[in-house]
Amino acid sequence: MPAGTRVRWAVVSATSVALMATGCGGGGSSSSGGSSDASKTFTYQSSEPQNPLQPANANETGGGRIVQNLFKGLADYDPSNGKLRMQVADTIDTSDAQTYTVTMKSGWTFHDGTPVTAKSFVDAWNWAASTKNNQINSSWFGDIQGYADVHPQSGSPTSDTMSGLTVQDDTHFTIKLTNKVSYFPYKLGYVAFSPLPEGFYKDPAGYGQKPVGNGPYEFVSWDHNSQVATKTFANYQGVDKPKNGGVVFKMYTTAEAAYADLQSNNLDVMDQVPPSALANYKNDLGDRAIDAPQGAIQNVGFTLYQPEWQGADKAKVRQGLSMAIDRNTITKTVLQGSRASASAWVAEGVEGYKAGTCGDFCTYNPDKAKQLIQEGGGVPGNSLKITYNADGGHKEWVDAVCNSIRQATGVNCSGDPKTDFKTARAAITGHQINGMFRTGWVQDYPLNANFLADVYRTGAASNDTGYSSPEFDKLATEADQAASIQDTATGYQQAEAQLATDMPAIPLWYYRTNSGFSTKVQNVTFDSFGNPAWTQVEVKG
Amino acid sequence: MGHYVLRRVLQMIPVFFGATLLIFLMVYSLPGDPIAAMFGDKAADPATVAHLKHQYYLDQPLWKQYLHYMNNIFHLDFGTSFTGRPVSEIMKDAFPVTIRLALVAFFFEIVIGLPLGLIAGLKRGSIADTLVLLVTLVVISIPVFVLGYIAQTVFAINLGWVTATVQDSRDISQLILPGLVLASLSLAYVARLTRTSIGENLRADYMRTAVAKGLPRRTVVGRHLLRNSLIPVVTFLGTDLGALMGGAIVTEGIFNIAGIGNVLYKAINQKEGPTVVGIVTVLVIVYLVASLVVDLLYAVLDPRIRYA
Repeated sequence: MPAGTRVRWAVVSATSVALMATGCGGGGSSSSGGSSDASKTFTYQSSEPQNPLQPANANETGGGRIVQNLFKGLADYDPSNGKLRMQVADTIDTSDAQTYTVTMKSGWTFHDGTPVTAKSFVDAWNWAASTKNNQINSSWFGDIQGYADVHPQSGSPTSDTMSGLTVQDDTHFTIKLTNKVSYFPYKLGYVAFSPLPEGFYKDPAGYGQKPVGNGPYEFVSWDHNSQVATKTFANYQGVDKPKNGGVVFKMYTTAEAAYADLQSNNLDVMDQVPPSALANYKNDLGDRAIDAPQGAIQNVGFTLYQPEWQGADKAKVRQGLSMAIDRNTITKTVLQGSRASASAWVAEGVEGYKAGTCGDFCTYNPDKAKQLIQEGGGVPGNSLKITYNADGGHKEWVDAVCNSIRQATGVNCSGDPKTDFKTARAAITGHQINGMFRTGWVQDYPLNANFLADVYRTGAASNDTGYSSPEFDKLATEADQAASIQDTATGYQQAEAQLATDMPAIPLWYYRTNSGFSTKVQNVTFDSFGNPAWTQVEVKG
Repeated sequence: MGHYVLRRVLQMIPVFFGATLLIFLMVYSLPGDPIAAMFGDKAADPATVAHLKHQYYLDQPLWKQYLHYMNNIFHLDFGTSFTGRPVSEIMKDAFPVTIRLALVAFFFEIVIGLPLGLIAGLKRGSIADTLVLLVTLVVISIPVFVLGYIAQTVFAINLGWVTATVQDSRDISQLILPGLVLASLSLAYVARLTRTSIGENLRADYMRTAVAKGLPRRTVVGRHLLRNSLIPVVTFLGTDLGALMGGAIVTEGIFNIAGIGNVLYKAINQKEGPTVVGIVTVLVIVYLVASLVVDLLYAVLDPRIRYA
């Protein structure tokens, strides 16, 4: 999804220290040593959920991270490397990338003791996809055959069930898609694909306040605006058995308050340190500071739908502009090390990430930059405007990028702030801007296809640049039909290489998790979604 | 007296309608679509948006929405927030927290502010007076969030005397620091108001008479001087109680208190009409009642004021 308001979901942890482009600190260090007590709970900085706690209704961080701990779907992503990992599913097989057969493990139960069966999944998905139930994440089921019957664009649904879902027995069901999507199992890691217990359908609103799931933690209480308490579910069957007694989500309205609590040990793990603490948090916290990569990237896109930016020559101009940006200096100074310079269009730590796809074009080189811009016939009007939203803390780096471009190439560059995110998005999607705009992408699932197909394919929902390359489209379609996820990832790497030639958007830097933990916990690591590996946190005895 | 109170209470009715209508209009004229905003950055699914709008009555014209809302209010139904919680329940949770914090702050204003003003006023020009003037000047000129963060860093993080944020708002001892920070500005005003008022009344005729009658100093100061000097202070304190309840957003943010200010701030950001209108309406009523109580207190303090 476009970067801005963060929406994160999976229970993952990726401490891919080796992948860091500009090594600055260890990703997810832990002051290990002392003994731990598996019955003790720890507190985590959170925000009051904005929707009832239903899996298909949790698309914002506050509710999302609670729901992902209470529920567990067919698969999730491995804490150590972000790769897809089977949970309730034993296998998800396909021979044609269009019909998937799910075989489930036995023994899984919900927190109320009822068994998790194939029906628990199929009924839950049908319920969530139906327009009748107003679930915010309903569009996630759009790949499944029969979605249009339960979710018509207007009017009432003609059916309560999607024809693509067939229960075979308690532990087997099939999913038929409308198109070939070789990486569909990756989507199944999203919390919207969680199962629901029988009791849910009798009182969905009541279950939204007191959810009953099948995840590592069971719901204890929701003290509104104050905290949501969970405890470890004794009969949890997943591969990631909790090493602690539960997570207590404490609601904070400001990161500053949370950071003050963390420093005085009233909060155990925090989400993201406030910008005011970025410069000092590593000194304040010592080896309890976290600096880990996130599956999110910041770009500036070009208005390729305008004639003056079209043609092979202008690709040279765009490459030149990319080389005029001193990424390393800006990330270190203006952004205080909270970002890492990008060398590709896919964020580091994501399956299929390949460093250096952008090659020399993402390396600062003022002379080459000037030369390329000249060869391409110069920037139209020798001036550039970068449109951005003024409410997201972007002003500083946009100005820095413009300074860098101006000093390196003599092109007049300036920022073009729009009041807020909504206004900026409206201008971008309405094609009411000139030249360049801030854009970005936060992973929906840690696979390179998500960073490429959803943004650069012709006509993709988030293709804001208007980029249309027959070569890229062809390679992406081939990758979608690959036999395995590995082949898909490789296929998309080839498609990504095309972006270096065309440069529809300039990759700037990857987001990082800047966080920390109290002296009461250890073994805290963060994944590429910016969430801690919840079940792995140990509370000192 | 009874008539007066009745008249004032009746006056509250048009104020109540006017206030709810204005707030209602303001919330609904805020830019942005609250339902589309629920989808974050993703393109909102039109079918789901249409269904949700219908559910929250947002697909109706504005006047119908207002009538629908007012009709519900008379059935004591304040509507439902986007989380699915009734607004009345949200207020039931948040108001006691804010009232406790406001009362703690109010207590400090009186217990610290009044004596400071009294001392300074009685001994004008003394070192004590200069000190009070200086300290209150400093407090008034420092923004409350600076004061809040300094207090938090010094007393919680460096000294460890208190917890950095309020862990349990039912524990009054945890509210002392936020209460002091919240009270600081008004406390300084109370001290200065009292000082000026005392200084003026010291030269009044009735004071000279009281002293000439040979009354003991305690009676002169307590019954004659203080009682007369309190009128402007009570006016300030009365309106301040209302301000403390609605204006604690900054303090509640710093100390992470789940009070009305925090809830209101979040509701405005999410454009949750029912929550904003409900809370602000209650705040308006609190303000009206507080000013009525102040007016009635005048009569108690100053025998010359009588309400027919």
